[in-house]
Amino acid sequence: MILQRRSFLLGLAGAITIGRSRMAVAAGPLGERRLVVVLLRGALDGLAAVQPYGDADLLGLRGPLALPEPGQEGGVLDLGGYFGLHPGLGRLHALYRQDQALMLHAVAGPWRSRSHFEAQDFMESGAGRRLPDGWLNRALAGQPETAEGARRGLAVGLDVPLLLRGAVRVGSYAPHGRNHPETETLALLARWHHADPVLGPAFAEGLRARGFSAAVLAGHEPLPAGTHGFVGLASAAGRLLASGTGPRVAALELGGWDTHANQAGRLAGPLRALDEGLDALRVSLGPAWSETAVLVLTEFGRTVRINGTGGTDHGTGGVAFILGGAVRGGRVIADWPGLAGTRLHENRDLMPTMDQRRIAKGLLAGHLGLAPAALSRAFPDSDAATPFRGLLRVEA
Amino acid sequence: MSPLAAHAAIRFGLGARPDAKVPDDPHAWLTEQVAPLVEAPGPSLEEIRHALVERNRDRSNELRRDLVRGEAIGWAERMLTTPRPFAERWVGFWYNHLTVSRRNSLGTSYSGHYHRLAIRSHAFGSFETMLLAAYRHPAMLGYLDQANSVGPGSRGGTRRNAGLNENLARECLELHTITPAEGYTQADVGALALILTGWSIGRGADLNEPFGFMFRPAAHEPGPKTLLGRQYAEGEAGGAAALSFLANHPSTHKALALKLARHFIADAPPAHAVARIEAVLRSSQGDLSAAARAVLAEPGAWEPLTKLRNGEDYALAVMRGLGMPERAAPALLAAMIRLGQPLWTAPAPIGWPDDAASWAVPEQLMRRVDWAQDMAARPDGGQRVPLPQLVEALLGPLARAETVAAARRAGSAQEAVLLVLASPEAQRR
Repeated sequence: MILQRRSFLLGLAGAITIGRSRMAVAAGPLGERRLVVVLLRGALDGLAAVQPYGDADLLGLRGPLALPEPGQEGGVLDLGGYFGLHPGLGRLHALYRQDQALMLHAVAGPWRSRSHFEAQDFMESGAGRRLPDGWLNRALAGQPETAEGARRGLAVGLDVPLLLRGAVRVGSYAPHGRNHPETETLALLARWHHADPVLGPAFAEGLRARGFSAAVLAGHEPLPAGTHGFVGLASAAGRLLASGTGPRVAALELGGWDTHANQAGRLAGPLRALDEGLDALRVSLGPAWSETAVLVLTEFGRTVRINGTGGTDHGTGGVAFILGGAVRGGRVIADWPGLAGTRLHENRDLMPTMDQRRIAKGLLAGHLGLAPAALSRAFPDSDAATPFRGLLRVEA
Repeated sequence: MSPLAAHAAIRFGLGARPDAKVPDDPHAWLTEQVAPLVEAPGPSLEEIRHALVERNRDRSNELRRDLVRGEAIGWAERMLTTPRPFAERWVGFWYNHLTVSRRNSLGTSYSGHYHRLAIRSHAFGSFETMLLAAYRHPAMLGYLDQANSVGPGSRGGTRRNAGLNENLARECLELHTITPAEGYTQADVGALALILTGWSIGRGADLNEPFGFMFRPAAHEPGPKTLLGRQYAEGEAGGAAALSFLANHPSTHKALALKLARHFIADAPPAHAVARIEAVLRSSQGDLSAAARAVLAEPGAWEPLTKLRNGEDYALAVMRGLGMPERAAPALLAAMIRLGQPLWTAPAPIGWPDDAASWAVPEQLMRRVDWAQDMAARPDGGQRVPLPQLVEALLGPLARAETVAAARRAGSAQEAVLLVLASPEAQRR
């Protein structure tokens, strides 16, 4: 099922929006194309991010984690009549409405591991096993250098993720003081320190001074807007990518998605960081946004049923996002398996119907112009996972 | 690694390394370290003096900066990989006791040499020898303004802009030796300052002077002086005799014993432990090897680890726990700056504080968490060492089941490492 937003649009305003965004499209030479990959570590709950409110089984399985339908108080943001975007992703929804973002559902890699560490390594290796280098680095191997020998790839953050490690030299960039742990991690550390009479009061005071009030740590409130380190990193990434001599490919990561408890509250912070960060990336890319595709991936989805602590556990099928001025957005792409008990993977997880590698290969082929041989090098043993074409306005 | 071995590495050493297991008999491992250290390589006084002269002639000359940097890197490399971590901690304790800070030019230029040759070379000799070596070193003579102190009755004292400086004499009595518990007076401070006049820094062969310590008779106050009821003769020997007396004074032994017990046992150590270390210092005439063995023999030093790591301790323990290599030395120095304890830069002559209250402060703890996050992400750090090895090395017997369980189910490898590095037990030694 591919739901076209325009098929649900009424009136002229939408058409103008579509028209304007189409006018903004100017396919440059391939060397101007930018690809950003954002890794969501910890497994984003795809059913919370892109909720299939049209699925009759949702409410029964999800109970209090199911959000109201579009148009209602606190409801999801409509994605064409069947799916709704989490209200914490308002900026992403605006891009969707401008046909610059699309959502892919029931996505999973070829692995069935429910271990974060393993699955993240596989996701970055681009294979059902751990490789010494990442698919994005191997994809860079055939790409021309940008002007003045600038690095083609850039890791934004202190670490070069496995995704970008390999034979091709890549740069890394981390603005000082931007790399703070996730709120949930800090909340755990705060609980541990609280029990220590010497460290406890000082630790709590230090967190308060940084905007982590008790309500933020408890997951009742997100961090104050703009304070998350990811937003600054994304903004910096955009500036570097926008430069004519800068890198053309970048990787970012954002954690905090492992919502085993109090998911409704816990998701607010990371979702806001993601939403603000992606928008900051768009803004700082400036005109180069029209040449950009951003791929957002996570290692797996989460259980369909809610667990005993108001959260969800490690699952299988999840979501991916693609956004950018170069993207043919305004769509949800999903061969929806349904949530009926018999349709669930191992009677617990969303059944995957789209191989994550097809999406990445589709972008590498359609956006960066990788030939079949180069795609096979990036994703070994993936012949069955054919590139998913048609993700971009202008395909290479 | 046995729990006792891990305890030894954490309390007496600099934190364990996954690639350097402490043997099963940690007592023997520690006792074997109580022996003179081989002199660490580094520039001579002459080379440092030359670099200083060059820089004064031409501010853009980078020789001095390179020497200073080289000393710091050398120190950091030793600390990361030394096979004798207890000996190096012992050296660090005495450097802090006789602190020279890089907060002035001489302190900056000479602190590395001072560390290697005034402190480290004497760390297992007598306290008297170390004190004299420190007081004859240009770093200390410059840091506490002794080099330019001139006796008012000396030949030089008749010049304008020359006069007595009591700084070293005061800190000697207050911090380095007998401490105020002895009840000395301002007259004693003045007397020691006069006794030490003439202890100065030679400027090298060009000026027909030695490199380093020289006694300048023209600056020395004539006549005998009385300190703590004892008379000291005029001349350089009078100063050496006074320092020898102070170094071996029972009040000095008492103060040193308390400070050692605070460092190796607890912020508020039991009185009987202090008394035993003090007795050893007295009976051995301040033999620091005997004192080290006395500290190791204290049952209290083998009780649960309750000392809070200072910034340097924390950075070192984390980086060693992660098995980070010698070439990570610059990262260690950068970490110490970030954690508010740059190398050889104590804020005052009293040295860095050694109690939990001074380090359990909000910004310090937040910076540790942020820095730990960075370390967890480094390919030569958190991305390298298997989790169980990290837990064993860094936390040893302190590891809480809760920390280990949370790290195992963390959302990413980086977060797992961070939880170990930033756990409350990682703050202890």
